[in-house]
Amino acid sequence: MTTTQTSVVQDLGTLAHRLSHPAGARCVCEPPQVLADRPDGTVVRSGAIVAKAHAADSDHEALAARIALAAAPQLTGILLPPLTAPGRSLTAPEPSGGPQHPEPSGPPAPAPRPVTLWPLGAPVDPTDPEAAPWAEAAVLLARLHRTEPPFRLPAMRGPAKAARAVARMRAALPGDPAVLPVLAGWRALPAWARGEVPAPARRSGFLCHGDLHLGQLVRHPAPDGPWLLIDVDDAGTGDPAWDLGRPAAWYASGLLAPEDWFAFLDAYRSAGGPAVPADGDPWPELDVPARALTVQTAALALAKCAAEQRRPDEHEQLMIESCARIATLPPELAADHAS
Amino acid sequence: MMQCPKCHAQMNTYNRNGVQIEQCSGCRGIFLDYGELESLTRLESQWSQQAPPAPPAPQAYPAAPAAHAPAWGAPQHGGHGGHYGHHRQKGFGRMLFSS
Repeated sequence: MTTTQTSVVQDLGTLAHRLSHPAGARCVCEPPQVLADRPDGTVVRSGAIVAKAHAADSDHEALAARIALAAAPQLTGILLPPLTAPGRSLTAPEPSGGPQHPEPSGPPAPAPRPVTLWPLGAPVDPTDPEAAPWAEAAVLLARLHRTEPPFRLPAMRGPAKAARAVARMRAALPGDPAVLPVLAGWRALPAWARGEVPAPARRSGFLCHGDLHLGQLVRHPAPDGPWLLIDVDDAGTGDPAWDLGRPAAWYASGLLAPEDWFAFLDAYRSAGGPAVPADGDPWPELDVPARALTVQTAALALAKCAAEQRRPDEHEQLMIESCARIATLPPELAADHAS
Repeated sequence: MMQCPKCHAQMNTYNRNGVQIEQCSGCRGIFLDYGELESLTRLESQWSQQAPPAPPAPQAYPAAPAAHAPAWGAPQHGGHGGHYGHHRQKGFGRMLFSS
């Protein structure tokens, strides 16, 4: 944790508190709560306001389009809308006071991170698997995928994120044989799934979330409002099967119970989601995204293990083992089934 | 690309009703992965029982016929998914909440 990170957390907390605290009232607020603190997303809450600092290397124009998407009336009831007005220029919050930036003699000041503001929602309870909203998540995805893009949007960043995860693993474990099955699985993927070329045109025009997992759902208004998708940082147009790929990967690797997977898949199909055919075998469409997300998950797991100097846990190991099997069954051959 | 363990010619993969089989382009031998023989046997018994009423599906998900999972899925998928019940609690880990 660097000083920079800590000051971002403080600044976000100050900003959220300033907006949630009634003017002139005596302060009896709880201290700001850090919901996430990563280089690609620092999220701090005060009262009913959530402030998020996005990645320092964000493409500001693309991010503004994604935030505008979350605010668009077409996405009401699907994406959590921001509190910031769409199109507003995104700048880092002012430091809360005192010299927080390095002296001129120190290292160069870090790039400012764009900041957005959101209403508080109630997340999925990680201690209650029975209550996980698999079907609700699937219906939200189906509705998202069925929505015509309201304006021009950047490409969904799923494949780019997978490529970034693999690069991070390689940098963290140079020459380590542990990366070999993951790299073999990666090399067996088609170029579009590695983010090297655009997705095939017939499947690339759908609105996608780009980074679906259970941390991307909240009830708003908290605690009993309807479920909505959050975090549009990777959203854009692309192959909608990518959004089903992570649950599919968890299921294929034995991490997600079949009843949860089929609840998700059946709800998606019942809601008319376009990523898979309405009935029959969904795997010709799911196969490549599920492979790519398996590789991404295994790569991030190995990178984290290297950073934390530990061995992969049981779940991480399942994903790594899947990579080895993925490498022996190239998707080009599986595609025979799809034709 | 897989090589035939017997004659070392190239093996081609075919997907038949969700079952992935590799056939050697030289000696025409067939290679089955873990669980695939069981899958084929199950398909065959479903086929032969189609004249009388079909047996109840092993899982309560009629939308998912033979292809329950991809060929590269975990070996548990060779069975009927019965291994999962007691894994549900531990399967609900941190991983399902992160990128």
